[in-house]
Amino acid sequence: MELQDIIRPENKVYAAPELLDQVHMHYCPGCSHGVIHKLVAEVIAELGITERAVGVSPVGCAVFAYNYIDCDWIEAAHGRAPAVATAASRLWPENVVFTYQGDGDMSAIGTAETIHAANRGENIVMIFVNNAIYGMTGGQMAPTTLLGQKTATSPYGRRVDLNGYPLEITNLLKELDGTCYVTRQSVHTPANVRKTKAALKKAFQNAMEKKGTSVVEVVSTCNSGWKMSPEKANEWMAQHMFEKYPLGDLKLS
Amino acid sequence: MAKIKGAVTVNKERCKGCNLCVVACPTDTLSLQPLEVNDRGYHFAYMSNPDACIGCCSCALVCPDACIEVYRVKLD
Ligand SMILES: Cc1ncc(C[n+]2csc(CCOP(=O)(O)OP(=O)(O)O)c2C)c(N)n1
Ligand code: SF4
Ligand code: SF4
Ligand code: SF4
Ligand SMILES: [Mg+2]
Repeated sequence: MELQDIIRPENKVYAAPELLDQVHMHYCPGCSHGVIHKLVAEVIAELGITERAVGVSPVGCAVFAYNYIDCDWIEAAHGRAPAVATAASRLWPENVVFTYQGDGDMSAIGTAETIHAANRGENIVMIFVNNAIYGMTGGQMAPTTLLGQKTATSPYGRRVDLNGYPLEITNLLKELDGTCYVTRQSVHTPANVRKTKAALKKAFQNAMEKKGTSVVEVVSTCNSGWKMSPEKANEWMAQHMFEKYPLGDLKLS
Repeated sequence: MAKIKGAVTVNKERCKGCNLCVVACPTDTLSLQPLEVNDRGYHFAYMSNPDACIGCCSCALVCPDACIEVYRVKLD
């Protein structure tokens, strides 16, 4: 069979999500953010909420998410996405509101907003892209940086006496009565991509059904900040990150 | 038994040559162009071994830049 007989519209089984704008994304080659964007775009379209979905983009590499996924967006100040999402969700309850935040945004400067929005049980989805580093600003240590991990501000590796322990913020959020669904996923293999999509779908459904706050952590790579090839970064993540941040559901209710 | 035959297209200008699709492909269908680059200077992915493709979508799922479309037919 010739290629042109296979590559026909009726045989198409996978295409780029329609909600993903066909503009060039600024992310580094191989960055996890791109994969997660695709999944968010697919889930919003499949749930039929394109006109009701409101994203709140962070400060961090994903600051321009509003240029890539074609729904409504608000850009929040650094760490304040959960507070902005609270307003967007309360003032217009028809909205299905989600935040998209990095680990610096969500678990450093925005810790208070994160914890209080989840504790109030706001009907929002919090998508937490944990790449254990401040990607955007050049690879500084984040609260989530692993012990021993080298970053621009921990050039000899993170030390517990100097820098404290890595913060598992998702484990804290699980304990709060306001959260209805807390899960930790990754997007480094086809199977994990599928699982993350299912998790996002569940989280958005919870927001539609006003069940409370859903948190979807995606343990991710920042190959530029980690100074590895995309492929090596995925391997390093599987070897080191999953030990501290094990994948799976932390809370289902 | 029905045999599956697949094929992919790569949006070569969108591709950043990250190699993740090449790693994810279970049949070694894909490679990065060894010499040729796109307008942004990336060695883009292509089917170097098109006969091997089974249309499993692994490459497309892991592609961060949504470059890949997958096609599949059943042969009787
Ligand atoms: C109020 C304020 N403080 C600090 C910064 C600098 N800054 C920009 S992005 C960032 C951290 C980004 O890290 P993360 O949230 O993990 O996102 P990533 O880029 O890794 O996806 C910091 C500290 C800022 N823009 N605004
Ligand atoms: S710096 Fe890191 S997080 Fe930011 S786009 Fe590059 S790889 Fe992704
Ligand atoms: S569809 Fe599957 S077999 Fe074909 S190139 Fe992609 S990963 Fe390889
Ligand atoms: S995964 Fe996507 S961006 Fe990376 S090399 Fe393959 S087609 Fe190009
Ligand atoms: Mg980060």
